[in-house]
Amino acid sequence: MEKWYLMTAAVLLGLTVRWTVSLNSYSGAGKPPMFGDYEAQRHWQEITFNLPIKQWYFNSSDNNLQYWGLDYPPLTAYHSFLCAYVAKFINPDWIALHSSRGYESQAHKLFMRATVLIADLLIYIPAVVLYCCCLKEISTKKKIATALCILLYPGLILIDYGHFQYNSVSLGFALWGILGVSYDWDLLGSLAFCLAINYKQMELYHSLPFFCFLLGKCFKKGLKGKGLVLLIKLACTVVASFILCWLPFFTEREQTLQVLRRLFPVDRGLFEDKVANIWCSFSVFFKIRDILPHHIQIMISFCFTFLSLLPACIKLTLHPSPKGFRFTLVSCALSFFLFSFQVHEKSILLVSLPVCLVLSEIPFMSTWFLLVSTFSMLPLLLKDELLMPSVVTVMAFFIACATSFSIFEKTSEEELQLKCFSTSVRKYFTCFTFLPRIIQHLFLMSVITMILLTTMTVTLDPPQKLPDLFAVLVCFVSCLHFLFFLVYFTIIIMWDSKTGRSQKKIS
Amino acid sequence: MAAFGIATGGSNWFSALALGVTLLKCLLIPTYHSTDFEVHRNWLAITHSLPISQWYYEATSEWTLDYPPFFAWFEYALSHVAKYFDQEMLNVRNLNYSSSRTLLFQRFSVIFTDALFVYAVHECCKCIDGKKAGKELTEKPKFILSALLLWNFGLLIVDHIHFQYNGFLSGLMLLSIARFFQKRHMEGAFLFAVLLHFKHIYLYVAPAYGVYLLRSYCFTANKQDGSIRWNSFSFVRLISLGLIVFLVSALSLGPFLALNQLPQVFSRLFPFKRGLCHAYWAPNFWALYSAFDKVLSVIGLELKLLDPNKIPKASMTSGLVQQFQHTVLPSVTPLATFICTLIAMLKRKASF
Repeated sequence: MEKWYLMTAAVLLGLTVRWTVSLNSYSGAGKPPMFGDYEAQRHWQEITFNLPIKQWYFNSSDNNLQYWGLDYPPLTAYHSFLCAYVAKFINPDWIALHSSRGYESQAHKLFMRATVLIADLLIYIPAVVLYCCCLKEISTKKKIATALCILLYPGLILIDYGHFQYNSVSLGFALWGILGVSYDWDLLGSLAFCLAINYKQMELYHSLPFFCFLLGKCFKKGLKGKGLVLLIKLACTVVASFILCWLPFFTEREQTLQVLRRLFPVDRGLFEDKVANIWCSFSVFFKIRDILPHHIQIMISFCFTFLSLLPACIKLTLHPSPKGFRFTLVSCALSFFLFSFQVHEKSILLVSLPVCLVLSEIPFMSTWFLLVSTFSMLPLLLKDELLMPSVVTVMAFFIACATSFSIFEKTSEEELQLKCFSTSVRKYFTCFTFLPRIIQHLFLMSVITMILLTTMTVTLDPPQKLPDLFAVLVCFVSCLHFLFFLVYFTIIIMWDSKTGRSQKKIS
Repeated sequence: MAAFGIATGGSNWFSALALGVTLLKCLLIPTYHSTDFEVHRNWLAITHSLPISQWYYEATSEWTLDYPPFFAWFEYALSHVAKYFDQEMLNVRNLNYSSSRTLLFQRFSVIFTDALFVYAVHECCKCIDGKKAGKELTEKPKFILSALLLWNFGLLIVDHIHFQYNGFLSGLMLLSIARFFQKRHMEGAFLFAVLLHFKHIYLYVAPAYGVYLLRSYCFTANKQDGSIRWNSFSFVRLISLGLIVFLVSALSLGPFLALNQLPQVFSRLFPFKRGLCHAYWAPNFWALYSAFDKVLSVIGLELKLLDPNKIPKASMTSGLVQQFQHTVLPSVTPLATFICTLIAMLKRKASF
């Protein structure tokens, strides 16, 4: 592409920010006996390197599942094994069975951070760059600006390079999947997405849109001819990739079941800790966890989740388009986040990725959502002592988006993609012209509230009777935002057909 | 909302550049810092806890005050903010004290004083004429200059990682240059005089300043072909420049003159006892000279031309800071380096 040097500068800036954030503390630093996610990843390297595959997911004297037992699918285990292999060359003490528990040193931290950077550089970043280069109907400068903003998204940087996780691998594979499927490389796209699911089972949040989009494509091609062929090919690809990833675990039924039990701990309850979803916010007023029996909780969660995402998915199946696909990814993932079972606050990243992809289409609302998503993880970030990098990266992201997209000038109905919706409403209420104004005011209020809550959480001590006050407030406020965004994105999807068909845009 | 939009609008790239690099500097806070961090903490302690008469005599720490008085006053001003962060850093006996609050304060002081650098860059950009520039932002000379200056990675590494205050000092120098472009020569001269009393290493460029001011300010008119019109020399201007330099120097060195401490101050400022090359070699001529001397001495030893007993053990390459003699080539005295520098500069000045 022309101006490749500017894209290189954007990528290098993204890498610089990532590496400087990684200088800070990580989850569970210096906090025995359990430590945190950093120790979990190190422990998985220890387990996968020293024990045979058959024992990875089982409880044994060498593998105590209570101490950070493996609860991600096999690809994570293979990745840990690969990292452990490299670690053995540098310093075997890092992964020595039993004796390396709680191992912490500067050299080890450098190694672990490097593994995150390498995974990011190999999988996520090329996907982002390719996605932005392939964007249609926008100038080269806007493509590069989009790439810069996506790479500067604070949530992913802080969780991967601060707290310590490997979300960039699963999100990167998912993005390759989205790219493949959007540009008619259906088989490769499905393969990439299967790899994503087999890395982190939370990617199942994205699976329905993929399924509906591909099914819709098959229907369009005609189920009697090419469509059926495509359907069969896709089914084979999915089955083959699953078999390939799970091969060592398909040898015995017990192996497969145990892995599934570790991946989907249905005994654990509606939610854990403080998370910005409906159930946690609802339980502030009504202790739903204690009152309702377990299976009723699962059913209610299931019903709400599927009711909220069904309209968008049906629409996508009937009218498959890449644009509809992207927006359905957002609303589906958001529905799952808000209503599903055992959601962790980090799962908001699964919603943030599709929102990053629509950044160039609705910059104002996307920027707003991405800011809120980072804010919703505030209690976690404060626990990891990441206040300074959080504030700085959020400000950098905001400035990047504001200067690249001039977001405050793009708040008309047309630009918010609400034109059709407003026109429809105006048929019944002719005075419905104040939507952009309302949204602008809401944005201002939202930013002020977030800044206020952050300042209060950092400077004040919570009252003795309510020690979790600030964390709960953050979750509650974030949840309200997310509900608003769910309604907004659903409106865009449902009212999109008229614009899509009349203007005959190739989006 | 519209006002917000204008403030962050796409046309305000300078603010975006300045804010962006400031945020990057904040991210560099937890990086490695060198002994210069302790140097500046020590100077905060000295200027805060001791009377002026002790500033250039205090030697509890090995990092004695060796910058001119204005910098000492600057540290004194900073120390009054420092006491709200961590009182302990202002204790002269707390050697190598680096609590997290001390680190935060020191880092933020560098970031904050860089505001002068940003302002100076802004002034320099105003002096650049972009007539030939295209519509592209990245092709405008103003943008290129701002990006190269504000995002100068050498400055970022030395100031925000290694730890020094070159940002705001370079800001002073850039501002004085900008003032020359804006034909405000007296202000430019004043700013440079002040700068010299902040960090005397800028004496390196003092001859250039001197000759420029002489030629462009003291000679008020040119002949038609651009050469000097000798009879347009203005003594008034020369004297006013001299007066500025004199007044600034008086303000800086006056108190120490009154205390009869000038020799001590100068011995701190110009420590010739430290030797020809620093512990870490600067890539200059004398480094090459010393390296060549080392190579010759090795060859000489191999060919048995030199007596091993006569060669001093501590050579230049051992990283020590001290005076010593060269082995094969003639030793270099401070006077010799001064004469060499002068000759090199004169060739340039002649073409002025």
